[in-house]
Amino acid sequence: MKAAAFAYARATSVVNALELLAAHGDKAKVLSGGQSLMPAMNLRLVSPDVLVDIGGLAELRGIAVRAGVLVVGALTRHVDLLRSTDVALHAPLLRDAVGYVAHPAIRNRGTIGGSLAHADPASELPACVVALDATIVIRGPTGERRIAATEFFKGIYETALSPDELLVAIEVPIADQGSTFFFQEYARRHGDYAVVGLAARAAVAAGRFTDLRLGFFAVGDRPLLGAAAGRLINASVTPALLAEAATALVDELDPPEDQQATAAMRRHLATVLLRRCVAALLARPDLAAGVTG
Amino acid sequence: MSTPVSVSLLVNGEPIDAFVLPRLNLADFLRENLKLTGTHIGCEHGVCGACTVRIDGEIVRSCLMLTVQAQGASVETIEGLSDSGEIADLQAAFRERNALQCGYCTPGMLMTAQDLLKHLPVPDRQAIREHLSGNYCRCTGYQAIVDAVEATARMRAERPA
Ligand SMILES: Cc1cc2nc3c(=O)[nH]c(=O)nc-3n(C[C@H](O)[C@H](O)[C@H](O)COP(=O)(O)OP(=O)(O)OC[C@H]3O[C@@H](n4cnc5c(N)ncnc54)[C@H](O)[C@@H]3O)c2cc1C
Ligand code: FES
Ligand code: FES
Repeated sequence: MKAAAFAYARATSVVNALELLAAHGDKAKVLSGGQSLMPAMNLRLVSPDVLVDIGGLAELRGIAVRAGVLVVGALTRHVDLLRSTDVALHAPLLRDAVGYVAHPAIRNRGTIGGSLAHADPASELPACVVALDATIVIRGPTGERRIAATEFFKGIYETALSPDELLVAIEVPIADQGSTFFFQEYARRHGDYAVVGLAARAAVAAGRFTDLRLGFFAVGDRPLLGAAAGRLINASVTPALLAEAATALVDELDPPEDQQATAAMRRHLATVLLRRCVAALLARPDLAAGVTG
Repeated sequence: MSTPVSVSLLVNGEPIDAFVLPRLNLADFLRENLKLTGTHIGCEHGVCGACTVRIDGEIVRSCLMLTVQAQGASVETIEGLSDSGEIADLQAAFRERNALQCGYCTPGMLMTAQDLLKHLPVPDRQAIREHLSGNYCRCTGYQAIVDAVEATARMRAERPA
């Protein structure tokens, strides 16, 4: 199917894009990479009257390191994240995750800003920014606001953005010496949306977690920062304690049921990922017992 | 509302100026306006890969791109890659290994395979499968396609520079 007719405006600057959005209200849609918006329009799931194309705005591009944060422009494409040495050094979780986002031809156009603004609960990058405790930078008619990634996602395809606002950048605290990361997902085929996935950041000292942030995805209506991680921090992790944390995790989750998996299967897979993550980050293969078979 | 927009781009090295409706996607523009029907359309939502073309040297889905978004860009289609001889060896390997049957997926497969070989000259089978995982083939079962890409990579590696 084809998209319904619409008018097209190529924004010449962020200010111009905001003016266009203000003029057209919720009849307008922002177009970044188009890798989620175009399929939705071709399927006639959305039919905006006006598309505001921000694809040419150089001010939204680029990756920079500033005062302890990695600033990633909204128009940074998935392939740019894969290739960036700054991302590999300072936010390796993003690099690890982005290889699981769609396929090469789609990664050449899809952007991090589009992925976060689209807020598909099965997407990799939203869970990463939650695990990394990133800040989302938003510009609107009245200026700029910053919002914690944990506050940004509101539901399926729902975020804190209003129709007259642009997501302009993501600020990620840069990884220090002690940080370690884990990323894994179950998908039917490489490049497909995850059935269940986990993006995690940890700090480990003397064999214990001093910090652990578990960003689960495809287990609810938005990325979930697993509270069960709390039990494993500053504790000696035994198989019994890990089993307790896994039970606590299952209670926290409210996964959807669809053609890919039942809710029970998603709960189970989430606990398997939890065990693998903890075993890998603590370098304790014994803790993964029973999850690899 | 929705009046035609002017767009200038290069297609297979040739400058093109046109007036197009914003909703016209690049795949339809290539096929219908320019009669470059090597670029195929399967799903129109990014899943099958039949419409893969190169924009400024990188592969993209032409069904998920508006023609107006290609303003100033250089587009290369399967006709361009074929006429320049860039993929003659890959095409020969596809024929030899029976890596095409109906041929519907073949232009997109060739585009994607050539992209892999440019970035990773000697990929293993796993890497070939991963790179091609976004391209559907209803006929071959993929095995022969992976064979053809692997064989081309080997031949290119052995060829004196
Ligand atoms: C076949 C296929 C498979 C895919 N598989 C995956 C996958 O496995 N994992 C995954 O995460 N994604 C997947 N995607 C989606 C892809 O990753 C997209 O790149 C991404 O979700 C959207 O980014 P985009 O830049 O293309 O945004 P667009 O499609 O341009 O926009 C998406 C939405 O965000 C809004 N928007 C975009 N940018 C901004 C901004 N700066 N400020 C405010 N609003 C904005 C748009 O208005 C629109 O509503 C897949 C897509 C396809 C076609
Ligand atoms: S027609 Fe473009 S990916 Fe299927
Ligand atoms: S050869 Fe028929 S779809 Fe691939």
